[in-house]
Amino acid sequence: MIPRPKPERFRLRRTMMFMNAQKPGLIKDAYIYGCDSIMLDLEDAVAENQKDAARFSLYHALKTIDYGDTEVIVRINGLDTPHWREDIRVCVAGGVDGIRIAKCESAQDVHTVEKAVEEAEREFGAEVGRTLLMAALESPKGVLNAYEICSASERMFGVAISGGDFRKCMQTTPQHNGIDMLFARGQMLLAARASGIQCFDTVFTDLDDEEGFRAEVFQNKAMGFDGKSLINPKQIRFVHEVFAPTEKEVIQAEKIVRAIKENAEKGLGVFTVDGKMIDIAFLPGAERTLRLARACGMYEGDLV
Amino acid sequence: MKNAVGREIPDSLLVNGREVYQGKQYMDGKYLQKAAPRTRRYEKPQESKLLDSIAEALRHCGAKSGMTFSFHHHLRDGDYVVNMVMKAAIEELGLADLTIAASSLGSAHDPIAGYIEDGKVVGIQTSGIRGRMGEVVSAGRLKTPAIIRSHGGRPRAIEAGEVHIDIAFIAAPTSDCVGNCRGIGGKSDCGPLGYAMTDAKYADHVVVVTDCLVDFPNFPASVEAIDVDAVVVVDSIGNPKKIASAAARISQNPRDLMMAENVAKVIASTPWFQEGFSFQTGVGGPSLAANLFLEQYMDQRNIKMGWAIGGICGPMVELLKKGKVGKVIDVQDFDLDAVNSIHRTPNHFEMSASQYANPANKGAFVNKLDFVVLAALEIDTGFNVNVLTGSDGVLRGAPGGHPDTAAGSKVCVIVTPLVRGRMATVCEHVVTVTTPGDCVDVLVTDYGIAVNPLRPDLIQCLDEAGIPHVTIEALKEKAYSLVGRPDDLEWEDQVVAILEARDGTILDVVRKIKPFTLE
Repeated sequence: MIPRPKPERFRLRRTMMFMNAQKPGLIKDAYIYGCDSIMLDLEDAVAENQKDAARFSLYHALKTIDYGDTEVIVRINGLDTPHWREDIRVCVAGGVDGIRIAKCESAQDVHTVEKAVEEAEREFGAEVGRTLLMAALESPKGVLNAYEICSASERMFGVAISGGDFRKCMQTTPQHNGIDMLFARGQMLLAARASGIQCFDTVFTDLDDEEGFRAEVFQNKAMGFDGKSLINPKQIRFVHEVFAPTEKEVIQAEKIVRAIKENAEKGLGVFTVDGKMIDIAFLPGAERTLRLARACGMYEGDLV
Repeated sequence: MKNAVGREIPDSLLVNGREVYQGKQYMDGKYLQKAAPRTRRYEKPQESKLLDSIAEALRHCGAKSGMTFSFHHHLRDGDYVVNMVMKAAIEELGLADLTIAASSLGSAHDPIAGYIEDGKVVGIQTSGIRGRMGEVVSAGRLKTPAIIRSHGGRPRAIEAGEVHIDIAFIAAPTSDCVGNCRGIGGKSDCGPLGYAMTDAKYADHVVVVTDCLVDFPNFPASVEAIDVDAVVVVDSIGNPKKIASAAARISQNPRDLMMAENVAKVIASTPWFQEGFSFQTGVGGPSLAANLFLEQYMDQRNIKMGWAIGGICGPMVELLKKGKVGKVIDVQDFDLDAVNSIHRTPNHFEMSASQYANPANKGAFVNKLDFVVLAALEIDTGFNVNVLTGSDGVLRGAPGGHPDTAAGSKVCVIVTPLVRGRMATVCEHVVTVTTPGDCVDVLVTDYGIAVNPLRPDLIQCLDEAGIPHVTIEALKEKAYSLVGRPDDLEWEDQVVAILEARDGTILDVVRKIKPFTLE
C-alpha cells in the first residue's frame, strides 16, 4: 500500500503524459520520464469489453507503485457511458490525485462527478475533498460553457481541451498555425484565468512531425497555457525547455519575492524594484516563476 | 585464493605461473617473451594453394588428435566455417581431443555441443559462448574448463604462447588462390578481419576458407598470403542475413532514449568532451542511441569527434560521412552500412584485435579512448559487471571488448535498465565478474545514475552540471523493491569455465550449476 500525500490543487503541471491504464508495462514506472503528471486512461485507450480489466490494473498499480512526486490523474469514461461511476470508485479507492472528466459540457457535469467522488470518498474512508477534478472540453458546447465549468467546484484545478474530438465537431483538422483551435483555446484560457484555475493544451499526435510539435508548444507558451498533454515520453523534454523561465525572469522574480517579504515586515505595501512599481499582486506570479525555475533546475534558493 | 574482486579462485588453477586478478594495470611494465610459430617453408614457387576440400587442407597441415584449431567470428551468427571444419576433422579424419580457440562462438555453433558431449572436443577458448554449447559446458560436459577471454586478452594469450594454435582457419569473404584475404567484395561480406590477424601471424598453419575466389592479388589484404598454407573454396562460408543485419536503427523505445540522453549528458559534463574526443559505443538499444544525443551536444558546443573505434554500425558511419568524426577504426562490423563503408569511405580503417585492445602490447587504441558506453547483464554494488552468465548461472554471453575498453578508457559508462523482467540488473553480487569494478566509472539506468566512488572527479563533474545521481546501493535497493531479492544460485564444485582477466590473471570462475529440483 502506497499512501499518497494530499494532492496539491495548484502545482506545477507543464506535462501530462497519457497512457493506457490497462498496460502494466507502461504504467508500472511511467514516473521515470520526469513528466509532472501522468494521465492513466480508462476511456478511449481501453476497449469496451476491457474496462473492468483496466480498472483492476489501475487499482493495483495505484496500490503498489510509488509514483513519488509525479501527480497521478485518471481519465474516466464519459457520463453518457455505464462506466464512469465504477471508474470513480476505483480512482478514489486507489487514492488518485485527480480525475479528468471526459467530454465535460456543463457545470452540472462537474457537480454530478463531484457528488459521486464525495460518495466514494466516504465509502472508502478517504478525506472528503481530497480528490481533485479537471475537465476536458471536447465539444463546441463544452467550450462555450467553459467559464461555468471552470468555476463549478473548489476541487477543480484545471481545464483541458481535447483536440481530436473537438476538431471533428468543428469539421476541421490540425493546422500548423493553430487556426483550427484558435478561438477554442482562447475561450478556454479566458475561462480558466477568470476562474483562477490552470489550463492545458491538447496532445500533438504526429510523432514524426517534430517541427509541427515545436511550433505548437511555442504557441502554447505564448498563449499562456500552464502545460500540455503528451502521448510519448520523448515529447517531455522539449515542453519543459520551452516552459522554463528565462534567467532574467528568474532573477527578477527572486528580487520581487524578496522585496515583498522585506517590505511587508517594514509595513510597506507598494515600492519599486528596478524602477518598476511592485505590490502584493505580483507575488503569486513571481512565486510561480521561482517554482518553475526550481523544477527546471534553475533555482536552488529557499524563497519558495 | 580470493582475488581483488573478492572471488574465490581454486588453488588448483593457480599453476604454471597463473595468478589471481590483482587489480587493473597490475602487469604494467613487466616483460613478455612472445611465442613464435613453427611454420612450413614454401620455397618452391606455387601457382596456387587451392585444395579440394577442408579434409584435404587438414591433411596438408598435418592435423592430428589433440590439436588446437582457431577461428574468428566476423561472420557472427551466420558462420558456417567452424561447424564445417570440425565436422571434417572429426567425422572424415576421425580426430579427437580437439580444442577450439575462437574469438567468439554463438548459437550458430550448436552442433559443436554434440562433439563436446562425445568427448571429441575437449577444450574451448573463446570470448562468447551461447546456445547449446553454453548449456553443455555449464552442465560440466567439457573435459577441461572453458577459457573465456576478452577481445584484447585473446591476442595477448596467443602472443604469449598461452594458447598455441596448430591450425588457424580464416573464413574469408574473398581470397585469391594463394590466400590474400579481404572481408569485402564477395557474397558473404563482413567488413574487417581484425580478429583473424593475430591468428594468421601466430598459428603454425593457416587455412583460408572462402566462397569467393578473386584474381591475384586480392589487395590490400587483411590476412596476407605469406602466412597462408592452403586455400579451400566452399559453396558458402555463411548466411549473409546473419553476418550483417540490415541497417542498425536507433531505438524508438522511450526508455532507451531516456537512458541514452542521460549517457550523453554525463559524457558532455566531463572535461574530455572537447574537440577531437574519442568514443566507442555498443549496438544495444540505449548504447547506440547515445550517438544521437551526443551529436546534439557536439553541435551545441561546436566540436567534432576525433576518432571512434569498435564494432561499428551505420549510425557511426553516418557521423563519419557528415564530417562529424575524423576517423573510424574498425575491428568488426555489425550492419551492412558499416560493411559497405570500410575501406571505401575515406578515413574508415581496419585494425587488428591486438591493435584494438591487447593490454600487453605497447599501446592499443583502447588506451587512448576517452569514452566508452557499454551494456551489462548485471552490475553489482562494487561496479563489477557480468556480461557472460545468465541469472540461472548458465554461460550465454561474451565479454568481447567490454573489459578492454572499460580498463583503457578515461570514462566507462554502463547503461542498462534497472530490471529486466523479474531480474534485478543492479544487484548485490553479479553471478560472474567479467569486467572488474575498478574499470567501471558511471552507471546510467532508467531509475537514476550512480558514479563509482573511485571517481570523485566525475562526481564533481555531474554535480557541477546539475545531473542528479544516487549511490549504486540505492539503485540496488530500488531494483530489489520492484522485483524482489533472488535466492543465491547453487553450484557444484566443478569449475566449468575460467574467466580470464585481460592481463591473463584469473578474474572469476564459473562452476557447474546444481540442477534445480522442486521440493
